[in-house]
Amino acid sequence: MEQTINIIPIQYYMLLCTLLFVIGVAGVLIKRNALVIFMSIEIMLNSVNLLLVAFSVYHNDPAGQIFVFFVMIVAAAEVAVGLALVVMVYRHTHSIDIDFLNKLKW
Amino acid sequence: MGALISTVVLGMITMLLGVMEKKKWILPVVIIGLIISFGINFTEWNKYHHYFNEMMIVDNFSVAFNGVLIFTSALVFMFSGNYYRSVDRPLEDIYSLMIFALSGAIVMTSFSNLVMLFLGIEILSISMYILAGSKKFDLASNEAAMKYFLTGSFATGFLLFGIALIYGSTGSFNLHEIAAYTTQNKELLPAYFSVGIILVMIGLSFKLAVAPFHFWAPDVYHGSPTLITAYMATVVKIAGIAAFYKLFDICFSNVSGIWVKTLLIFSVATIFVGNLAGLYQNNMKRLLAYSSIAHAGYMIMGIVAINKTSAGALLLYSVSYSIVTIAAFGVIILVREIRQNDDIETFNGLARTNPYMAFTLTIAMLSLTGIPPLAGFAAKYYIFTSAMENGYLWLVILALIGSAISAVYYFKVIIAMYMKSGNWPAIPGTRIYRIQLVALTVLTLILGLVPSLLLII
Repeated sequence: MEQTINIIPIQYYMLLCTLLFVIGVAGVLIKRNALVIFMSIEIMLNSVNLLLVAFSVYHNDPAGQIFVFFVMIVAAAEVAVGLALVVMVYRHTHSIDIDFLNKLKW
Repeated sequence: MGALISTVVLGMITMLLGVMEKKKWILPVVIIGLIISFGINFTEWNKYHHYFNEMMIVDNFSVAFNGVLIFTSALVFMFSGNYYRSVDRPLEDIYSLMIFALSGAIVMTSFSNLVMLFLGIEILSISMYILAGSKKFDLASNEAAMKYFLTGSFATGFLLFGIALIYGSTGSFNLHEIAAYTTQNKELLPAYFSVGIILVMIGLSFKLAVAPFHFWAPDVYHGSPTLITAYMATVVKIAGIAAFYKLFDICFSNVSGIWVKTLLIFSVATIFVGNLAGLYQNNMKRLLAYSSIAHAGYMIMGIVAINKTSAGALLLYSVSYSIVTIAAFGVIILVREIRQNDDIETFNGLARTNPYMAFTLTIAMLSLTGIPPLAGFAAKYYIFTSAMENGYLWLVILALIGSAISAVYYFKVIIAMYMKSGNWPAIPGTRIYRIQLVALTVLTLILGLVPSLLLII
């Protein structure tokens, strides 16, 4: 593992993760479908996971990899709640387009 | 730590009581349990403990804020018996989720590792997403939950990316190790360390509804069930500000050049956005949402000007803010239940029909404006003097202008209650409810007269 990180410098990992993160952010901001927004949030969280693992190997410190497990668990819990909310909204509006959620405005 | 264990156990007991269908027992057990964990919490006063390999540190700061959080949740639970009285099931899900959210908040006051910060925020937030949508058949509640969930998990992404960058540049998640590393190698810190701090700040600002990341708050506060809104406006906000303070005090105070300017802009923007947008509201819940945004701005001032006195000032501010907010929501819950509406016009002539409630709401509004001798004035006074000691005179002047603007919309409510006449019948309130409202008013007065009681940390 440590040889690999020497062959591919840490900057490359950071660049890749930042790109993935920006793709996720753009997806959340542009897409209107709730499920696609969930997917984009997952891309954001997974780019963080990749970055943490890369840093963990770079620093030769296992804490970063343990943190990834926590992120995964929390992401799973979050998606469970999120999908339940989508089902709840779908029962009312028969759509998962978030533009239908415009009742609360000032 | 005792507070954390006892609240988690209390949450599980609540769920068990729900399974056993003991509808009448649940609320008394919850309130007694909260009183017990309040007591357990203060046994750790003046003792410095650390747990789980220094993942959590319980010091006087966290004990004091845990006390405030448990006390505030107990106040919210006091109103819940009346709020849910027409519901026919044990409601263990809602009560236990509120208690689990409280345990998340307790983690957020006593973390000393970025992992625990993240877990605390998520335990709190995931419970709150469900609670915001707990009125299942109401579209507004669904929409509020969905918006809260999407913005909340979006913010989590920013927070995590920031944590990853900080870990990458310092090689540790422990707050004290990060602080030690940054003091020793100040010149060697890579540029992405600053990016990490700013991203963590943005993530926390989303959770705290600090401008320019506040846009979700009015919708979510408006759509959620009123009791949950009261919980959100108090417990979530206090926990967020405590975590913000602890993180920036322990971890980043020696690199303050990176973040102070950004936080200053956030603070001024929050005060003005909250107060100016509050002027245009004619719904009480939205008005209090913008008021809570503005108050987050004042509390951020205590973090911008970190010194020895700012922890005590923040504690006083959060207590006084949460007591009056809960009093205001207590009145709104009753009015909304009978009149099926929470626009400001609904409060017309309330002083004639229900003088107690009108008086409580008036005291709450005056305290939120910051009129002496109420608690809100004392809280603002200490925050502003703490900012002045660090040389932010212009910031204090801007904040004072903000408070002056806020008086306009707070007084709009008082004028509606006392000057205008409405043809609504009187609202029947139970005696217990009246005692609760009077007790909250008395607390507001006491805190305003002897604020030094709370400047202990």
